Amino acid sequence: MSNTNHNKSENTSYRLKLGLRTRISLFFAVGGLLVSIGLSGVTLVLTRQQLIDSRENAASAFASTNATRLSNQLTPESSVEDLPSIVDSMTKIEGSQRLIRIGNDWLPSQELDREDIPQNILNRVTELRAGQLRAEINGKTRLVLGIPLQVFDAAYFAVVDLTDLEETLDDLRIILFGAGAGVTSLAALLGWWISRRTLRPLRNVREAAEAIAGGRLDTRLIRQSDPDLDRLSESFNEMARALEERIHRDARFASEVSHELRSPLTTLKASVGVLESRKNELSVRSQTALDLLSRDLERFNRLVSELLEISGYDAGAASLELEEVNVSQFIQAATRNDTSISYTLPSNAGALVISVDKRRLARALSNLLDNAQRYGGGATVIEVSTNENMIQIAVEDAGPGISKEERDIIFDRFSRGSSSGQRGDDGGTGLGLSLVQEDVRLHGGKVWVEDPKITKSLTGSRFVIELPNTREESL
Amino acid sequence: MSVRILTVEDDERIRTAVSLALQEEGWEVEETSNGEDALASFSRQPSDVVLIDIMLPGIDGFEVCRKIRRLGDVPIVMVTARSDSHDVVAGLEAGADDYLRKPFDPKELSARVRALLRRSKTIGTPSNFSFDQLEIIADEGMVRISGQEVHLTRTEFKLLIELATNPGKVLSREDLLERVWGYDYFGDSRLVDVHVRRLRTKVEVDPANPKYVVTVRGMGYKLQTQF
Repeated sequence: MSNTNHNKSENTSYRLKLGLRTRISLFFAVGGLLVSIGLSGVTLVLTRQQLIDSRENAASAFASTNATRLSNQLTPESSVEDLPSIVDSMTKIEGSQRLIRIGNDWLPSQELDREDIPQNILNRVTELRAGQLRAEINGKTRLVLGIPLQVFDAAYFAVVDLTDLEETLDDLRIILFGAGAGVTSLAALLGWWISRRTLRPLRNVREAAEAIAGGRLDTRLIRQSDPDLDRLSESFNEMARALEERIHRDARFASEVSHELRSPLTTLKASVGVLESRKNELSVRSQTALDLLSRDLERFNRLVSELLEISGYDAGAASLELEEVNVSQFIQAATRNDTSISYTLPSNAGALVISVDKRRLARALSNLLDNAQRYGGGATVIEVSTNENMIQIAVEDAGPGISKEERDIIFDRFSRGSSSGQRGDDGGTGLGLSLVQEDVRLHGGKVWVEDPKITKSLTGSRFVIELPNTREESL
Repeated sequence: MSVRILTVEDDERIRTAVSLALQEEGWEVEETSNGEDALASFSRQPSDVVLIDIMLPGIDGFEVCRKIRRLGDVPIVMVTARSDSHDVVAGLEAGADDYLRKPFDPKELSARVRALLRRSKTIGTPSNFSFDQLEIIADEGMVRISGQEVHLTRTEFKLLIELATNPGKVLSREDLLERVWGYDYFGDSRLVDVHVRRLRTKVEVDPANPKYVVTVRGMGYKLQTQF
């Protein structure tokens, strides 16, 4: 059962491999082939029949004329010796030979003797009936006609060569075969062309869909004159319009939400700032309350800004602002020269310039460092490696590490490692790593977790950001 | 004489909280809630720094910024609440010297204002520079092109001085952000780009084809010394 299913799915996938255009062309080609086979067959059969019939008619007319002439010139005393003079006066046609029997004597032709005459004809003639037969004699197709001359106990046989007929038919076969091949290829081409014409609107749809997916939301299809196709482009445009409106509405919503959330946060931060600067005027209890307020305000602030970033990604509103960034300067600035980390940079890092969105990449790196701080006891190693295609920035820690199962889900939103739940106040938002992933993806790169390579610890984890290397070493 | 800061902000709570925070620094704050009031207040008594929220009822922040810029070279900080980056560039092009994104840390605001106030003081280097037709008289804060005086804002002047004190040397956007604005490595390099563009419209004969302040691709800007 499972085997059949398996076969079936294999068949389907095989069929799917042939494109619609290929299939249409194949269909046309097979159609052309069948039509030309049919036409050629009929042509061949009819032509052959026609040729043979006319040849046979001619031959039998010629044979009976000669037989009549022979019977007129023969006398009961005639013998084989008298025949050549009679034969000379007979009509000849190209490729024909004659044999004449008188009593038991035979006048052979240059090529054939009585043994060559098929038994059927001999029998018929013996029975005093005329007959004709197509036969293979001495390797050639020939028409044999036998006419009994009853009065004299004699018989006239004519043998007409049909080889030239076969040759004509062979030529015809070659011509028809060529024509068939031509028709088949023409049909295939026609199929290719027709499918191209038919599929052009679909190709336009595909291109438009790709353009929309690529961010050009105002892409629309041109209206078609064909009513069937026009409905397609109309529906497509309707869909594109709805999508564009939806995306713009989402983006507008995110922008409004962003404004609505940022305003109270601004008031809160400014007010808490005033309180912080007058902290020593507060009682100990109020100071504790203020600490709680500031810390959670900071956390809330971070959550809001990360949510807004994520919603920007979801609305497709995120765009890269590329700048040329010196790798070693960037790492130094992003880590604020943290001396507890050991740095492994390629020897050319000082002259290595990459084209990235500085703010996003710095945030990604800083989120990885925060993550290492929070769950892995702090980053131990930052390793930058590069080749002509990509650049990798790896952050290692010597913490408890991340189990294989968790490595896939750790970049999901609000998914935190199993160990993190135990900490009362980790200050994380649960969005940091998903934002890292979005930031890196926007650069056309990827991020993953693996076992540490450089940190001398059995546990720990290594987060790797891989970006396409868009710029070669400069200077 | 104490420093006066004019704020334009339509949200009353933000306005009050920001004023409190600025007053903590010992500065005097003039609060206005719309563009018209702000312009009227500034014409009555010019302040030392202006803080403009972009989204305002009536005339918007960009327009207020342009009008105040026309009245003088007072340092202007734009405040934006929106994520999209067009606001930032539009604000800088309207003449703002710096910008802040809500919600900002009050300490960050004070740091920006202090950086702007420092820039407002005359340049300490008592030297003059001359590059072909471009003349800079540093201690008078004066710049002349072919003998004709051009008027630069203090940020533009500071930018030009940084380039002029390192003639022919390429300064990266990060270098300029640090020297002119006091930002660290992760400052917004569009600040530099927009100000360079504005500086060029003032000192270059053909700003699209700069002769003095030239871009060095992938590296930064420099003041050309060979002509």
